[in-house]
Amino acid sequence: MTTPSTDTDEAATSRPAAATEDGTTGAPLLQVRNLRKSFGGITAVDGATFDVDRGTITGLIGPNGAGKSTTFDLVTGVQTPDSGQVIFDGTDTTGWRPHRSANRGLVRTFQIARELDEMTVLENAMLAPRGQLGEQLWRAVLPGVRDEVVKQEERLREQAWETLEFLELDHLAEEYAGGLSGGQRKLLELARVLMLEPEMILLDEPLAGVNPTLETKLLERLHALRDDGYTFLLVEHDMDVIMNHCEPVIVLHQGSVLVEGPPEQVKSDDRVLEAYLGEDV
Amino acid sequence: MATGTDTSSLAAFVRERPFGIALAVLVAVLFVDLFRKLGAGGITVADLAGFLKDGTVLGLSLGLAGIGLAMTYSILNFANFAHGDYITIGGVAGWIATFLVSGLGSAELESLALLTASSRTLGVSVATAPVAIVVGLLVAVVLTAAMALLIDRLVFRPMRGQRGISLLIASVGVALAVRYLLVFTLQSGPRGLTAGPATPSWDLAVGSGTVTVTAHELTLAALAVALMLGTHVLLRYTTFGTAMRAMADNEDLAQVSGIPTERVIRTTWLLGAGLTGAAGFLIALERGALTTSFGWQLLLLVFAAVILGGIGSVYGAMVGGLVIGLASRLSLVWLPESFIIVAAFVVMIVILLVRPEGLLGGVTTV
Amino acid sequence: MSARLDGPLAAATEWFDGRSDAALLLMLAAGLYALFTLVSLVLGYDLGGIVNTLRRITFLSAIYAMLVLALNLQWGYTGLFNLGVAGFMAIGVYTMGMLSTAPTTSPPGLGLPLPVGIAGGVLAAALVGTVASLPALRLRGDYLAIVTLAFSEIVRLTYRSPVFETFSVGGVSLGTGGSTGMSLPTNPIRMLFYENPQEVTSPPSAFGEAVFGTFEAIGVRAPVVEGTAYAIVLLVFVAGVYGLLRRVGNSPFGRVLKAIREDETVASALGKDTRLFKIKVFALGCGLMGLAAILWRIGGLASTEDFRPITTFYVFVALIIGGAGSNTGSVMGGAVFASLLFEGPNFVRRVATQYFDVGFGQTPNTIFEAVGPLASLDLTPLLAYTLSDVNVSALRLVLLGVVLVYLIQNRPEGLLGHRTETAASVDLGERPGGEER
Repeated sequence: MTTPSTDTDEAATSRPAAATEDGTTGAPLLQVRNLRKSFGGITAVDGATFDVDRGTITGLIGPNGAGKSTTFDLVTGVQTPDSGQVIFDGTDTTGWRPHRSANRGLVRTFQIARELDEMTVLENAMLAPRGQLGEQLWRAVLPGVRDEVVKQEERLREQAWETLEFLELDHLAEEYAGGLSGGQRKLLELARVLMLEPEMILLDEPLAGVNPTLETKLLERLHALRDDGYTFLLVEHDMDVIMNHCEPVIVLHQGSVLVEGPPEQVKSDDRVLEAYLGEDV
Repeated sequence: MATGTDTSSLAAFVRERPFGIALAVLVAVLFVDLFRKLGAGGITVADLAGFLKDGTVLGLSLGLAGIGLAMTYSILNFANFAHGDYITIGGVAGWIATFLVSGLGSAELESLALLTASSRTLGVSVATAPVAIVVGLLVAVVLTAAMALLIDRLVFRPMRGQRGISLLIASVGVALAVRYLLVFTLQSGPRGLTAGPATPSWDLAVGSGTVTVTAHELTLAALAVALMLGTHVLLRYTTFGTAMRAMADNEDLAQVSGIPTERVIRTTWLLGAGLTGAAGFLIALERGALTTSFGWQLLLLVFAAVILGGIGSVYGAMVGGLVIGLASRLSLVWLPESFIIVAAFVVMIVILLVRPEGLLGGVTTV
Repeated sequence: MSARLDGPLAAATEWFDGRSDAALLLMLAAGLYALFTLVSLVLGYDLGGIVNTLRRITFLSAIYAMLVLALNLQWGYTGLFNLGVAGFMAIGVYTMGMLSTAPTTSPPGLGLPLPVGIAGGVLAAALVGTVASLPALRLRGDYLAIVTLAFSEIVRLTYRSPVFETFSVGGVSLGTGGSTGMSLPTNPIRMLFYENPQEVTSPPSAFGEAVFGTFEAIGVRAPVVEGTAYAIVLLVFVAGVYGLLRRVGNSPFGRVLKAIREDETVASALGKDTRLFKIKVFALGCGLMGLAAILWRIGGLASTEDFRPITTFYVFVALIIGGAGSNTGSVMGGAVFASLLFEGPNFVRRVATQYFDVGFGQTPNTIFEAVGPLASLDLTPLLAYTLSDVNVSALRLVLLGVVLVYLIQNRPEGLLGHRTETAASVDLGERPGGEER
């Protein structure tokens, strides 16, 4: 895939920097420090601390209730942590509301694909890009000024088509998102976050409900995007996917990080086995 | 857009509760001012006692009228905008019965059935026509419950599971249809119900003045408290109550665990609307008059009471009712009379902003 | 019941889908005008009467169309359930009145030029809408409905309060007229026809004289000509508001609004500051409600009776008829509501009384006198009772309630609700430059 052309200076400067040849990447893109969140008496995330390096597909696994989804919520601002820090690309983004994190280049998808049912696939894709002039009311309306908006919309439309092609959704462009299958919804969700041209994407079970053929394709795309400089943090239940596609792998257990390392190391770690033995693997 | 640095957690604490902090300050200032006014003679102790009594009576009316709304709100998850008109139905149906019982033979049937007979001539009060009043109360309960079931069958049942807003809109339709059918049959215009001279009342000496309490105010207060306690016991200690609470918590789960949801819904309407009918009858008794829109005019205050108490809580509705009732009457200390209702609404909006989950924390205590 | 009606409804929907928006609006207008011309002829009206009937239909349809368009922006597009429409209307009208009525009248105003008053009224409604939107950001849908309804009652009761009947701020006298209301500045359309538009007895201007003369000759009197001219001006306003909101809807801004309606969490996860969008939508929508109300009442009386919650419900019914989410549907809903549901019953009454009047004799005073004769199969008293002025008004509202329940049960998307109105400033129908599919 060719990287979609950028529209604004802001987006241009925030383009992901490709990983260096030897795999060392300088400062981590995302630093999570001592995150804590409890609901009533239950502590969902209990001092989670980990890094995500640039240009990686980092896997985040853990038994049910380990706090993976809550961690995602805390990192992207859907929920506010009780304590701890989230540092993204050198900026402390702790407690930022989701839209602010997203505009900074940190976006997430949802475990259950949340499509905007009564919008078409193309509208869904065109919603996401940052820096849209026409999101300002006066620009959307005033004659003259509006011409700029129309020009930008034409560019975005082209970009949306390219992204949909890349994910093989282009034949569905004019369908309502509500009519898509589960797998197609997952793809659309990915298309949407790609249109935002973020630096880092948090994927919450992107393969759940996706058929094997599509799954292979989706994983290929992820690698292609990683090679383009995107960084991924991936929550997934399918161990094969994690072990074959993620590097490194972080294991959460009872709200904190149990093990972190390359897949082979994680696989052979007794503590991980123990944690998972608490339930059926 | 916003690129400012992040604020500290203390600032965040204040920022998240600006309304709460402002409200606490305001209430404190008002209390100080109240005592200043009492000391300076701006108002007398008797005035204040009168406001408190009126506020309590209004509060108990709202609380009683709110129980039914709280029950259906928690079970069916929608704000029933027709609830006010259920109150009216209770008042109208009950009082037609009372008029018929007390006046048959002495007045024209038609004037009794349309509530146009002279209340002075009929001379109804708890003291002079207790039987007629009891009959009226029972008729109010039965007819309101029956009508609520009929409307549920026609309107709400086909819409089970739909979004709360759709049901809310349907209930607005029901409200309009019910109210204006009443106008069509009865014609609008206020109806006098009780005879002032026939109603026992007592002047209590308070400070340098007096506060008057009527037998009808006492009847309303006593029955409201009794009915609320009875409802509480019923919901706390019967299988129906357990089933209802389970459904309010999680309908799907309740259904899976074998609770007959439709039957629970029916019983909820029956009980809730019955209480609403009683409330309508008693409010009309206490006021001594009714109109075809008196329930509708109470609706927002009842909503305020229910939301304030935390939806689904019987005690909450009672507490919420008292807060709203007292707030609106006590506002007379500072505001002219035309702002009584405004004050109550402002209290509701402010509390909703500070504690959207209600005063009692949104726990369905029942 | 629904199964039987679904067939024709579905067929009608399919038929609607094949038509362009402009064609639909024109056909609806032609249909309504034809219907009301026919009714006027049946009632034996002369040309002046017919024109006056069409004028009234146009006037009300235009006002409701504007109100519905504004509400559609808030509820249809963004999903904000604002039950305070009447309150924002009142703020527009009363602010305009207080700014522009003469200081010498009772209640006194500031006597500022009318354009200042109108702009002030619209801005005040928008500003108060902005303030009222703050709870909208925090509350769930049904609470928002209750809070906005309570808010509109606060507004109404405040304007009604004797405290503000006349009051002075910093030595300047102002007033709302309390429960008696406030006379508003004269309708600016009079400037076209009269030498001294402010005075009721003013002689017509040269232009006015020419126009009045022409129409007088065919039986259309001066006030009807004046009113018709104003109705036409209102149609221009509707077109303006429609064009504005269509642009808002078909833009990246409108796309975010749709996204907020569908799933606010997603919109904000994609970097949209949803609060800001909601505030803007409240401000714009409420400002337009203020404008519509000013255009509705100007030249007449501002009375708190006009801003009871029922007015809000009227607008909602009209929106639901047209279909939440569609601007074209909003205009159609406004017109259908105003002419058929709002005015229709009165015309039914007039036609019916004209034909049955002979046998009516005394109209029964109570439902008993009306129903009693049914025992002897005499329908006339019941009919006479039903067709009396007050009872037609009551039944009209019963009908409204029934229509509301029917629509929400069987056709929640309204006449045009599911119609695609693409949220983009460019055509998304095809891919320019790309290979044709």
